[in-house]
Order: sequence, then C-alpha cells, then structure tokens
Amino acid sequence: MAENVGIGASVLRKEDFRFLTGRGTYVDDINRPGQLYAHILRSPHPHANLKKIDTARAKQAPGVIAVYTRHDVNEDKLGGMPCGWGVKFKDDTPMKEPAHPMLATEKVRHVGDPIALVIAETRAQAKDAAEQIAVDYEILKPVPTINDAIKPGAAALHTEAPDNVCYDWHIGDKSAVDSAFGRAHKVAKLDLVNNRLVPNAMEPRAAIGDFDSANGDYTLYTTSQNPHVIRLLMGAFVLHIPESKLRVVAPDVGGGFGSKIFHYAEEALVTWAAGKVKRPVKWTADRSESFISDAHGRDHVTHAEMAMDKDGKFLALRVQTLANMGAYLSSFAPAVPTYLYATLLAGCYATPAVYAEVKAVFTNTVPVDAYRGAGRPEASFLLERLVDVAAKEMGMDRVDIRRRNFIPNSAFPYQTPVAVQYDSGDYFGTLDMALKASNWSSFRDRQQEAKKRGKLRGIGISTYIEACGVAPSNVAGALGARAGLYEVANVRVNPTGSVTIFTGTHSHGQGHETTFAQLVADRLGIAMDQIEISHGDTGKIPFGMGTYGSRSLAVGGSAIVKAMDKIVNKGKKIAAHLLEAAEADIEFKDGKFSVAGTDKSKTFGEIALTAYVPHNYPLDVLEPGLDETAFYDPKNFTFPAGCHICEVEIDPDTGNTTIITFTAVDDVGRVINPMIVEGQVQGGVAQGIGQALLESCIYDGNGQLLSGSMSDYTMPRADNLPNVDVSTHVTLCTHNPLGVKGCGEVGSIGSPPAIIGAIVDALSEYGVKHIEMPATPQRVWQTIQAAKGKKAA
Amino acid sequence: MPQVSLTVNGKKASAEVESRTLLVQLLREKLGLTGTHVGCDTSQCGACVVHVNGKSIKSCTILAVQCEGAEVLTIEGVAKPDGTLHPMQNAFRENHGLQCGFCTPGMVMSALDLVKNNPAPKDREIREWLEGNLCRCTGYHNIVKSIEAGAAAMRK
Amino acid sequence: MYDFTYARVSSVADAAKQLKGDDDAKAVAGGMTLIPTLKLRLAKPSALVDLGGVKDLAGIKVDGKTVTIGAMTTHGAVAASAEVKKAIPALAHLAAHIGDPAVRNRGTIGGSVANNDPAADYPAGVLALGATIVTNERQIAADDFFKGMFETALKPGELITAISFPVPEKAAYMKFPNPASRYAMVGVFVAKTAGGVRVAVTGAAPSVFRQKDMEAALTKKWAPDAIEGIKQKQDGLNSDIHASAEYRAHLVGVMAKRAVQAAG
Repeated sequence: MAENVGIGASVLRKEDFRFLTGRGTYVDDINRPGQLYAHILRSPHPHANLKKIDTARAKQAPGVIAVYTRHDVNEDKLGGMPCGWGVKFKDDTPMKEPAHPMLATEKVRHVGDPIALVIAETRAQAKDAAEQIAVDYEILKPVPTINDAIKPGAAALHTEAPDNVCYDWHIGDKSAVDSAFGRAHKVAKLDLVNNRLVPNAMEPRAAIGDFDSANGDYTLYTTSQNPHVIRLLMGAFVLHIPESKLRVVAPDVGGGFGSKIFHYAEEALVTWAAGKVKRPVKWTADRSESFISDAHGRDHVTHAEMAMDKDGKFLALRVQTLANMGAYLSSFAPAVPTYLYATLLAGCYATPAVYAEVKAVFTNTVPVDAYRGAGRPEASFLLERLVDVAAKEMGMDRVDIRRRNFIPNSAFPYQTPVAVQYDSGDYFGTLDMALKASNWSSFRDRQQEAKKRGKLRGIGISTYIEACGVAPSNVAGALGARAGLYEVANVRVNPTGSVTIFTGTHSHGQGHETTFAQLVADRLGIAMDQIEISHGDTGKIPFGMGTYGSRSLAVGGSAIVKAMDKIVNKGKKIAAHLLEAAEADIEFKDGKFSVAGTDKSKTFGEIALTAYVPHNYPLDVLEPGLDETAFYDPKNFTFPAGCHICEVEIDPDTGNTTIITFTAVDDVGRVINPMIVEGQVQGGVAQGIGQALLESCIYDGNGQLLSGSMSDYTMPRADNLPNVDVSTHVTLCTHNPLGVKGCGEVGSIGSPPAIIGAIVDALSEYGVKHIEMPATPQRVWQTIQAAKGKKAA
Repeated sequence: MPQVSLTVNGKKASAEVESRTLLVQLLREKLGLTGTHVGCDTSQCGACVVHVNGKSIKSCTILAVQCEGAEVLTIEGVAKPDGTLHPMQNAFRENHGLQCGFCTPGMVMSALDLVKNNPAPKDREIREWLEGNLCRCTGYHNIVKSIEAGAAAMRK
Repeated sequence: MYDFTYARVSSVADAAKQLKGDDDAKAVAGGMTLIPTLKLRLAKPSALVDLGGVKDLAGIKVDGKTVTIGAMTTHGAVAASAEVKKAIPALAHLAAHIGDPAVRNRGTIGGSVANNDPAADYPAGVLALGATIVTNERQIAADDFFKGMFETALKPGELITAISFPVPEKAAYMKFPNPASRYAMVGVFVAKTAGGVRVAVTGAAPSVFRQKDMEAALTKKWAPDAIEGIKQKQDGLNSDIHASAEYRAHLVGVMAKRAVQAAG
C-alpha cells in the first residue's frame, strides 16, 4: 500500500467532511413529506394517581390532528416498554418487574412520565394544545431517594413491589469472606455515594414515525445506538409489528454514551401514531425534556470493607450497595448494578474472596440505566477509593499497596472470585508508565511550591480494570440477558472491487467509518476510498446488536474480520481456478492472490470482477458473487485496564479545584487508530472529571428535579478541563482475532477515583479521608470547614 | 404572518414566519440549512452559533424577525463552493477536533469569531472563549488544538 | 414560546407609547434573558417592542470624569472599548466576563440593568460606581434604582436610554460564577470614588446590595486586610443546590478582598 492506512495508523476520519460542512444527517434534520409534529404532555408530579384526563379542548385547538392517551393505547392493545435483562433475588426468585406503560395508566411515577401525545401541524401548535389538556391528579407521597424508598412504611410505587425493592441480589462466597474478615490484621471501611448523572449527549433525542399505507410498512428514524434492538423490542413487545414490516433507521447520531441504547416510549409513540394518522410524525426533545425523559446514570449508596493481613495483602472484600432503578425498569437497568458492577469488584487485585450484595429500589425519579461505563465506574470508584483508605489504614504508600496486591502477569488467565476470567493484562506496566509520565516521584516538591502560593496541591492514582466487549451470548444469557450479544457483519465486494461493509454496530462519534475501513484496507489491501462502511439501518444491515459497552471493535470488528476471511477463502478458490493452481497454493497478500513461489497472480479487483462476471468460473462447485456475512459471538469479555493519575490544586478560600495535569495510561489491547483512541480516552476522562467535580442530578424532597436544565446541571466546559496526556500500553486480548479490548469507557471508569484521590491528598493535612462526588467548590470548602472544626474540637 | 428577508451565506432569502419563530428555526425549517443545531433550550450549549452581521450569536436566542435585513453566515457558508474546506474546518479534521459532530458547526463558527478578535489565541484564551460552546465527546482537548492550528493556518 | 405580536420601533418615544398602551407588552433589547424566558413559556407577553432599531441608543462617550454608555451598547462593545478600558478598567473587565462571547454580542447594558436579575453582573458595577441611570423620563441614582429581585424604579413605559458612570479613583470586580449557569454566584464590585468607598454585592441575595461594613472599613484603610474580619451576614442570602447562604456569605468576604487587591 502506498499510503499507511492500515492497523496502527492515525488515519484522518472519513466522516468529518460532512460534519464540518453542516451536512450530517441527524434525525431532526430529516423531514418527511406531510410531516406532523408530536408533543408529549408529561407529569409535573413525581407520584400521583391519574384520575380523569380530559383532552376535548386540546383536540379542538388550532392545527391539532390527534390527541392520544392511555385510552387509545388500551384500545389498540399495545404493550408496555420491555426490560431486556432479568436479575434474581438471593433466593433465586425473579426480580419484581412492574409494567412500564408508554403512556401512564393509573398512576404517574416521576416528573416527566408521559401522559398524552398531541399531534399537530406544527411543533408550537402541539405544545399550545397540550396546555389545554386537563388532568386530574390525586397527589401521592413521593419517594425521591434510595433512602426514602427503603424506609419502613414508605409509599409504594408499584403494587408488585410493596417495599419498593426490585431485587436483592448477591454474588461471591459469603462464608469465605466472613472467615477472612475473622482473621484480618486490619479492616479498611468506607461509605460512599456514586452520584446520579444525566448523560446529556449534545443531540437531544428525536424520533420520526413514517407509515406507508400502500403496503403497510413502518419506518422509524431514531437517535439510537442500536436500531436492530429497537426494532426487535418495539416490534415484538410494544406495537406487535413483524420485523419484516418495520424498518428502523439511526442516521448520524449526536453522541449517546449509553443514553441512546434504550427503547424509549417516544419511539413507539410516533411509530404507532404515524400508522393511525397516516402521516409522518416527528418528535424532538427540548433539552429540559431530555432531563426528565432520558435515562439517568449511576446513583448508588455503598458500604464497603476490605480485610488485610499484616503485610497489607487483601484478604477479602465485602460490599453492600443500594442502587436506584428510578420509577420503572429501563431496557438494561437491572444488569448495570449487578453483572456490570459487582463482577468487577476484584479490580486488578488478587483478592481471594469477594462478596457483594446489591439491593435495587424503585423511586419516583427518571429511570436509571447504563451511562458511559455503566456499573464499572461505580466498581472502580468504590474499589480504588477503598484501596486508598486501606493504604492509610496500613500506613502504606498508595502505590506500594497496589503493587503488592496486583494480579501478577504470570497469573493470566486469571479467574476472579466474582465470576469473570481476565485473559491478559500488565498492571505493573501501565502503573510504571503512568508514574513516570506524571512525574509522581517529584510531586512533593510541587506541593511545597504550591503551598507557598497558598494553594493545596494533591495527587491521586487509580489502577482500574473494566470488562467490555459485551458479550458472550451464552454467559450473558445465563446471567439474565434476554438477547444474544454477538455482532454481525456483511462484507459486500462490489463487481469492480470496491467494498461495502454493513455492520450491526452504530457509530455516533466513535469514527467506525474510518477505523473499520482501516481493518478492510489492512486485510484486503484496497484503498480507503474504495471502502464504505454502512451502519444504522435495519433495511440495509442484516442484523446487529449495536454499540455500547466498548464492543464495536472487539465484537463488531471481529465479525468484519470473520466475514473478510470468508471473502479471502472464496477469492482463493476463484484465483486457483483462474491461475490453474491448487487452492492450497494460493496466497493472499497486499491485495493480490498469487501462486506461492511464482509470479503468477490476480488482483483483488480481478477476482471480484470474475465473481460477478463468471464466464471463466467453476460454476459447478462455486456460487458466483463475492458477498459474505459473519456472526461473531465473543468467547469472553475483554478487560481493558490502566492507570490514571491526576494532580489538582485547591484554592482553600473558595474550595475551587483546578486540575493541573491528568495522565492516562491505558491498555486497550491492539490500537487500530491511535488518534481515535486518544480522542475516546480524552472524552471519557472529561466525563469522569464531570462526575468527580461538576455533575450532579438532584431531586428535592418533593421529587422535583432541581438540576433540570443546562443552567442548573453543571456540564463540563472547556475552561473546566485540562489537557489530558494519553498513552497506551498494549497487551493483546487473547480471544478475539484483532487482539483488541475497547477504549470507549476507560476514561470515565478510571478517572473519578484518581481525581477524588487527589483532592483527598490535598486535604490530608486537615485529616480528610474521603469526599463525595461531585467535589464542587462548595463541598470542598464545607469539607475543609468541617475538618477544621473537628481539629479545633 | 410576518415576512422576514435577509441574506444567508451570501444569498437573499425570505420567508413567512411567526413572530415567535427563532432564527435557528427559520434556518433549519424554512431554509433547509440543518447544519445549525439545537442542543439546549437555555442558551448554554452553542450548537446553534451563527454569525449575524459578522458577529457570533446564538441563533436559538434571537427571533427571526429581529434579523430583518441582516447578513447571516452559517456553517454551510464556510467552505468554498467547490467544497474546499476553510482552514479552520481543515484544522478540526486534522486534529480530530470532532467526534459525533453535533456541536461542531457551533464550535467552528465560534472559533472563526475568536480569530477575528484574536488572530493568535492561546490555550487558555480559547478555553475561555468557548464558555458558551458545549461538547460532550472530545473533552475539548482536540478542539482547543484545532482552533490553535486553524488560527495559525489563517494567519498564513 | 407563546405567540405575540412583534414591533420594531425607531424611537424611544414610540417604544414608550406602545408599552404604555399595553400592560402586557414587553420591551426587548438584546433579549438574552427575555428570549430564554419566553422559550420556556415562563412569560406570556402580548407584544414585544424591539429596541434594536432605535438609533443613538448604542455608544460610549467619555468626558473627563464620566463614562456614559448607551442602553443598547452590547457587553462585547463595552469590553472591547479602549476608552472604557482606560477610564474604568473594572467595568470593561466586568463586561468581558458576562455570559459567553455570543451572549456578549447581543446582550446590552440597558437590558441587564432594567432586568435586575439577582445574579447579573452589571447591577454590581452600577451600584458600586454610584452610576446614574438615564431614562426617557428622568435620571435615577443607582442607590434609588434597584428595588428587589427583578424589580427596579422603572415605571411602565419608562426605558433606560443610558447609564453614566463617574470615573472612580480605583475599582475592581471579582466574581465567583455559578458552576452551571456561569451567572454570578457571588460578585463583588469595590470602588474608591469621589463620593467615598462603595462595595456592591450581586448574586448573593435577591437583589444587588451595598456592603456598608466593608465600605466603612475600606474608607479607613484601603487594603484587603482591612476587611479580613468582616463577616457577611447570612440572613436573607440566597441558598440553592450550588451554594448555601453560609457559603455565599463566606464568598462575599473572599471576593471582596480579592477585588480590593486587584484594584490596587
């Protein structure tokens, strides 16, 4: 190849031109002929019985075509929003899975719960008309927080769960853990909260339903990370439309971070309504509406204890977590605080026994589901904070205690006490690189210098692990997943040798159109401009499970590799025929099929043309055409890991924290495009900084969302963030053909404990052992005041 | 309904609008210029930044009727008609200054106004200038690099 | 947004006439507060009277002792003005830190002061510098102008045409922004003027106010340590998810000291 575009090259992105010239196609950019607009009337109350809903005046309002409520949903016998993962109680009974109606039926359970769908000629008319709907609410006592939900006698959201408990689940060997604690030299203890977050992808969610009355076909354009999953869930469980009559298109999508995985009521509402009014129906969220209708993230309350021997070796970890599900179970919510969380509690450490209990509860808040990292940031925050506390407890250095407990490189594959098996890693390597890159050893000098300027300087470290590349279908199925988690690729070689890849993953910022094309250029030896990556349309792509859990390259990329292998194998057969050689003697390299040891060869293009113009072709033994599909089901999760180090300065007068440097060394397996990996890590770290310092979704005691707009919820801005020094250290994944692990979530998983660790370090002169997230100026200042007060007392 | 006439990307345009129609709605819904985006409803995010009479403004916080007679430049008018990218657009591409692309038009429009005011902006100045432009993907690192590089290219 | 009628007027007199004839009509200057309010359907004016077409309302004039800024002058223009930077650098600094650049290109001093948002920056500058608010009907001293949260001495149909700032001997503005909105959570403007030392605080309470204890201390001695021991009372201060009254009270002290330091 003339240009270096293969694996390992920082190829500039193919998708950028359209975005930079304002010609991307996001859902709200699409307009269908005759299109109407939908507005959703939402509950202003967190908890109320819904008595009468009077839509008569709204139906008469200017421009209104239809107003639909529970009555219409019921009449059309539609289903509710399904949950895709079941978790069990400790006694093996299934979780409580209350109905999740797409329009509220007898009750509303959170501010923002949809009540009525108004369809009008313009968006403004739909909004105007929604104000004409009279709803008679019987206000009930709200249950806004985890602690409210578990109080004895708390109001119940659902009759199915009178104590508001969705499940009470556990993992690990309790008796082994108890016995280890019995012989512990010391025990480190920590109570912490993992703050509730609003994902806030910059593009608000949108959906357009379209119905072709000539043949009964439905099309949904939606801001989704996984259009096939939406087609499956919406078609099968909600609208009862066969997949063959339902096309779901997720065009350019402006960021997802998990929040666009889930099947939302609005998608089903506009699709259903389009069929009823026989015109396209568009809904686009206002940002304030996103705050009360997009699934939120995290929201845990946890107590954890680590037992140690006299050398600081971890003997056992015990964790009790309360997790907020919100008012209903969102698509994958039950899995997040269980299988995506507790299975990672061993971390990078050879802790022999771990036991975790997780109780999930319903509250009168927006449903909580996966948000960038999903479960793993909660695990790493808890564990890495606890390790810092353990170091303090033992009087050991934070780095030493980590090194002492790391799983040694010789121990892979390593079976943890919490179900998963790590395939590869080098935790010592990433640690050493990060210590060096961050100038860890000279930190105390910088701290002294800062002190002279009146600033408190601190340094924090996190040596995290995560599991991604979701997921082996049989394992996921055994753990409660109600779907397979393989990925699909169709490699279509066109007659003149250009290639179109149809992938079931979806790119909404990750740059698949470039990275996947690099895989093809590398394997098939053709130029980048001859490769097109197609995604996001169930009408084009055979099938797929979408993009989340840092799975696209590890699972979707592997499917492409597998399909390309089939292409090469068939090409070899064609080449053998043309070159009159044995198939076994054909080699494929740099875009050429050649007979080993000779100069006889055919180009990839020649083979493609022959496949489609099969005049000289072994038609008796081989089909014409060059088009292969592969399903790839991963053999295991992948386990990226790394070390993040953060250095902060605190202004003790205001409590304001400034991040001075942030160093990330990540092992994400083989790197296909370093530029894109770096960008993914930087973006993930930004969200981690957001969680650690800025972002907090707050409900008041009445169940009203106080942080309900971008004027109230602190989004990270350019001047809040540092430059992020990113490097990688590669150990290959042992079980996928590319050796890749995944890079989308490491930033948000690894960074929060490093940041909080740095703040605690800066405040250690006051005796501060922990500070909750987000460490806002106010919280830091209050923490200092409280610590000063304690010292004085 | 009121009629509004203005110049957009060098071309005369006019449309009937409601008084309450925002400039961004006029651009997106009446003129088909969907490169200008709406990311919030509290004038925080800056996905809607365009230039009106040579200055960056938030097109979600100005009525279409207030732009009578105005010269408006949107992201669609930044590259040359033959598709050659503006040096600032090119810098975003070369420095991986965009991921999902949603905030990108607003970022580029803000960056162009910054360079008008400050031809050689430094890291901190760029970060402060971007106070009204939110990005959820990049962590801003590469956006800042892009703008530095774009400004340098524009000085040549 | 609810619909309304829109009128672009060409004179202040015309605007005043329209506003007086319709109690539900509202004037719009830059619209940086009004339009977001309308978008969230928090207000329902019958008509908007746009001052954008009124000539001579924008502009900056400096004579030896006074800086006069036309009501429709944008924050961006004040921030960039060489004359303001020279005469009252603290005012240019304040303007340069309102909102973001796109907001500063639309938002106006008249709109900001007339609106009297409790977290707006300009009211602190106007009050601390002892400015005079010039309207189409009269001149109002800053001390008489700010009446309470979103309340001013302006009467229906009365419009600000300009604000005159006496040039102080020394002045500075320091703000601690709300992390989310970036409005002032606490902003303190200190000025040593011909009429004495004035300290105005915005963001902390329902309306801008003068910190008289600090004024007295700074009158005795113009130095940061002069106000070291002065504690802002928490009573009546704002409290929200970003800052309690206690924290705000503390920040008033910190920002005041830093402002005195910056003023030199």
